[in-house]
Amino acid sequence: MLRKITVAFLILICFLLESTVFSHFAIAGIVPKLTIILTSSFGFMRGEEEGMLIGFFSGLLWDVFFGDVIGFYALIFTYIGYVNGKFSRVFYPEDIKLPIALIIVSDLSYGVLCYILLFLLRGRFDFLYYFRGVILPEALYTIVITVVLYPVILKINELLEKREKGSSQGFV
Amino acid sequence: MSPVVRRKEERFALPGKYLLLILTLICIFLMLLTFGTSIFEKPLNTSLGYVVVPFQEGISRAGEWLSNRSEELAQIRVLLEENARLKEQVASLTEENTLLQQDKYELNELRALMELDEQYGEYKKTGARIIARDPGNWYTSFDIDKGTEDGIEEDMNVIAGGGLVGRVTAVGPNWARVTAIISDNSNVSAMTLVSGDNLIVSGDLKMMADGVISFSKLVDSKDVVVEGDKIVTSDISDKYLPNILIGYIHTINQDNNNLTKSGYITPAVDFEHLSEVLVITDKKQTIASPMENE
Repeated sequence: MLRKITVAFLILICFLLESTVFSHFAIAGIVPKLTIILTSSFGFMRGEEEGMLIGFFSGLLWDVFFGDVIGFYALIFTYIGYVNGKFSRVFYPEDIKLPIALIIVSDLSYGVLCYILLFLLRGRFDFLYYFRGVILPEALYTIVITVVLYPVILKINELLEKREKGSSQGFV
Repeated sequence: MSPVVRRKEERFALPGKYLLLILTLICIFLMLLTFGTSIFEKPLNTSLGYVVVPFQEGISRAGEWLSNRSEELAQIRVLLEENARLKEQVASLTEENTLLQQDKYELNELRALMELDEQYGEYKKTGARIIARDPGNWYTSFDIDKGTEDGIEEDMNVIAGGGLVGRVTAVGPNWARVTAIISDNSNVSAMTLVSGDNLIVSGDLKMMADGVISFSKLVDSKDVVVEGDKIVTSDISDKYLPNILIGYIHTINQDNNNLTKSGYITPAVDFEHLSEVLVITDKKQTIASPMENE
């Protein structure tokens, strides 16, 4: 229960930060994707299920406030959470390389998917331009933020896990 | 201990796939449903509006304050120069204004003579503050802090600083989403003020860095439209009220078909530093479709 409340707050905070504060500090109009960092880190820290659900709900927030149709971002984020969850078996908290790599790949694939579904289908064929102008800068900016945000998420998860372990041992 | 954990993981592996399937189906169902109708939008907009919008308002104000402070420090010198320049401009505009006042007086007289109604008089407007921006980097839309409770409806036009910003595309009780005209998925039917020729103004992500948006399908057979001409919303648009300033022609090129022209427009609104907007609460009157009358 505590985990659910904490995670709900994290989703809300990340969404609020990226839609308000970070849009004021956008570099060349590019905003970092805090919700992708959140979805993907909970994916590889906790497994497919949690990644999917977190992705689904943060995507839903996006859809309601900024999407053309409801369900579009929710679907993309759900799959990001699921695929990252596949890596939970090879994840170790001490290792920083895998998380960074996974978050970069998640953000890049989010960008490419958005390009294909939102732009390519409307006849905007200049992939290289959009890759250099939007997808790549966004991934780089997101990584810079990851370096700060990821340890915080990791710490929160550790605390939650410690608490859960303690309470479950108490029951046994 | 470890076999127990392993078994637990294996037991969870199967529901994972099912959950993915269920969520996928939910998403597709929602997409199909919201593409044509707005059944789901209302409860979602309402409930999430009450949870998220108050936070957005607070944080956004704080973020704005921070970015204003940092910008203030950087820009004092620029502002001083700009101030001097603007003072000159005010002087010349005041003069122009008096001339225009005289013209307007004459116009009113003539209108009264011709018994014409003042067709595009003052629209009713309400001010709103921007509280959040689309973090998606692909389309340009933002949320404002007024919604149905303040009389905002879908498709209302939004202006700022005398120019067109966009239109309302979604509303909740205490917030509304505005899609900007510079957004890549936005098209506005417009006309030139000089000749009244119609054209289509479309947002373009590629040109956004240069601060311009593109236009196309301008039929200008007499070659009267030149760079710097004013572009306003057209009479025939079914979402936008007529004669709202969109911007000025930046470049103009002949299309390959030799019939139409296209090019770029500098918008009248500074979209980068937008924090307050005006929503026009009058809506474009549309003719009821003949199908409904039958």
